[in-house]
Amino acid sequence: MSETQGKGKLALYWAASCGGCEIAVLAIDEKILEVAKHFDIVFWPCATDGKVRDVEKMEDGSIDVCLFNGGIRTSEQEYMARLLRRKSKVLVAFGSCATEGCIPGLANLSNREEIFETVYEETPSTENPQHIVPQHETEVPEGKLYLPVFYDTVFTLDQVVPVDYYLPGCPPEAERIWDAIVAILEGKLPPKGSVIGANTTVCDECPRKRTEKKIKKFYRTWEIIPDEETCLLEQGIICCGVATRAGCGARCPRVNSPCIGCYGPNTDVIDYGARLMAALASVIDSNDPQEIEKIIQDGIPDPVGTFYRFSLAHSLLRRKRKLIAAAAGGK
Amino acid sequence: MKRVTIDPITRLEGHGKIEIFLNDQGEVANAYLQIPELRGFERFCVGRPVEEMPNLTARICGVCPEAHHMAATKALDAVFHVDPPATAKKLRELFYSIFFATDHTTHFYALGGPDFVVGPDAPKAERNILGVINKVGLEIGGQVIKMRHVGHNLIQLMGGRRVHPNWGLPGGVSRGITEEERREIEAAGREAVEFAKFSLQLFDKIVLKNSEYVALITGDVYVQKTYYMGTVDANNHVNFYDGMIRVVGPDGKEHAKYHPKDYRDYVAERVEPWSYLKFPYLKKVGWKGFVDGPDSGVYQATPLSRLNASDGMATPLAQKEWQRFYEVLGGRPVHHTLATHWARLIELLYATERWVELASDPSITGKDFRVLPKEKPTEGVGCVEAPRGTLTHHYVTDERGLVVKANLIVGTTNNNASICMAVRRAAQKLIKGGQIREGLLNRVEMAFRSYDPCFGCATHSLPGQMPLEVVIRNSSGEVVERLSQYLD
Repeated sequence: MSETQGKGKLALYWAASCGGCEIAVLAIDEKILEVAKHFDIVFWPCATDGKVRDVEKMEDGSIDVCLFNGGIRTSEQEYMARLLRRKSKVLVAFGSCATEGCIPGLANLSNREEIFETVYEETPSTENPQHIVPQHETEVPEGKLYLPVFYDTVFTLDQVVPVDYYLPGCPPEAERIWDAIVAILEGKLPPKGSVIGANTTVCDECPRKRTEKKIKKFYRTWEIIPDEETCLLEQGIICCGVATRAGCGARCPRVNSPCIGCYGPNTDVIDYGARLMAALASVIDSNDPQEIEKIIQDGIPDPVGTFYRFSLAHSLLRRKRKLIAAAAGGK
Repeated sequence: MKRVTIDPITRLEGHGKIEIFLNDQGEVANAYLQIPELRGFERFCVGRPVEEMPNLTARICGVCPEAHHMAATKALDAVFHVDPPATAKKLRELFYSIFFATDHTTHFYALGGPDFVVGPDAPKAERNILGVINKVGLEIGGQVIKMRHVGHNLIQLMGGRRVHPNWGLPGGVSRGITEEERREIEAAGREAVEFAKFSLQLFDKIVLKNSEYVALITGDVYVQKTYYMGTVDANNHVNFYDGMIRVVGPDGKEHAKYHPKDYRDYVAERVEPWSYLKFPYLKKVGWKGFVDGPDSGVYQATPLSRLNASDGMATPLAQKEWQRFYEVLGGRPVHHTLATHWARLIELLYATERWVELASDPSITGKDFRVLPKEKPTEGVGCVEAPRGTLTHHYVTDERGLVVKANLIVGTTNNNASICMAVRRAAQKLIKGGQIREGLLNRVEMAFRSYDPCFGCATHSLPGQMPLEVVIRNSSGEVVERLSQYLD
């Protein structure tokens, strides 16, 4: 974006997310002034004036770059994703939720009914003798109140609209956000559909000593105190760094905690969980099927939560499949 | 009947929406705060290894992930029946004090403070952190940014990351600190104390010395005579990290004092069809609707509540401020919700003093920051004070440590009913005969903002501006008037 073209137009939006992506943007500190020098921020609901009807009035394609964080879970969020896609030249899926579903994507292991049942009926402090659940439309004495429709499934941004670039991480580290902004400013963007970021793994950024990985047992984190210098995976702790894109600087292993995979898969990996499974399978030190099964069952009691912690919504599995009545014998 | 919609982020973005209904005389008939989103952590945490909870539940809120991380970590101690060594407890409380100081700073300077520092009737374009910097000077603005920057960096140093730490374990933390790091943290803490003292002086100079502001705080628009909840130590002093939960009534007398594990005997949650967020209330008093007073179970859990529910502060400078607070405002409890901003600064001072106390303790660099649990996991409750209220995590596991039940009562949720009432009262006081008084928007917003509502813990809301607009519709739903705080 050269000076002669004048200022660009930037929008930032949050859908079903935790706000951590916004905090991460603010963590670029004084560089935010640099952003303001090059861009007019035309829409950022959390930090500046943000009115949807103003966006609706904008010409299609008039926003140069939109950084969109959060997944899509309600009718309102879907509307905003479609609106901002239409109005933006470049749409960036910002952060893990928009890119791969993140932790809230684990909700795809259940459906709306089950979630409502747990939250509004079963939780031990809930007192709900009349079995009330939130409604799209409620008649109150003074009139009607409306809530957005809550979908069965959490969608990633690219499952709803076409996405131009991805910026992974939960949240993306401030340094990587700045790298991406510089790439946009200098027009040095990779081909459309790419992740803006490193193309190595967390292991490449990790200072721990690595030798040969031979695992006889996977430990839960509360079963072992790992030493602070050796590769955590070699010590039997499931560290996801081996399958996870670099970019964070291996921050979690630096405080003696395993990588949990928030930066998602590397380029050309279709399914993060499958990649991590393959990586772990290759370090199990046994050829005996029974022993292998025991190692896995003892050490990985929750395979879906372990391998698809951040990526379930965008995986090949996507969600827990529904039983079709016909297939179950017409019952 | 007229309908007034106040939607913090306009109608379709809905991270919190206020609907105000006017009757035929143009008086406020009722007001509703609606939370239009839910993520269902209580459901999808089921089946997960319980040790994942500090990392999974941090994703409830990116504004206060440290609070969820810590409540979850303490719940793990209980689930595994393990008592962390003293060093671990000190490290956790130090980390938590740094977090509190950073978060309260953000709120005062970026969100709550501008109403007072710049003025409640100042143009919206000036009522933000930049306006605060204009008023108090660039140097102080730089200090605010530095305070946040240093806080986040220390959180990263100890917990791994600036947002979403990865540090808490049953029985301790994953890594301790070196002597060099301790010195760095201590030095930063000493500067933070000075910053907190300065912030209170600023509040004194700009707010308390201004009779109009004092009248606004002590007037009848922003008043709620409810119960108050907060965590206290053995001396009934405010504590953020650990202690007993104390609840006082609208008369200031102790209603209950209980161990967090017994929360179900004292707190229940109600469901309304028009909001995805539940409404907690005191079980022994009962739900009597959206009303205050001793017969209604509605309670508040805010900085003001914590001060009201305590007999003082555990650090010397904050204790002096606590005393002054009640001297100036006429004794305990204080029911004026705008005083929450002042209470927040007193908590900021306490957090920084505690930060220095803990960081100057040479034993905090000990290697005993973790023990392994020896017993099988079962069930546990973990509680901390989040900046926005008492935070409770409760997990039940099977013998392999997989979660079979999870329950979460988060900071802002405690205040759901009370925020609804505060908004209704402000609207009732300000809207008369169908006339929307100028400045209504910000005055209503102020009722909302003293709670620092963080719907990240429900949906989300960020430190920053909260755009508001009012849409007035006639009885058939047509827009007859649209007001906005923004000149566009």
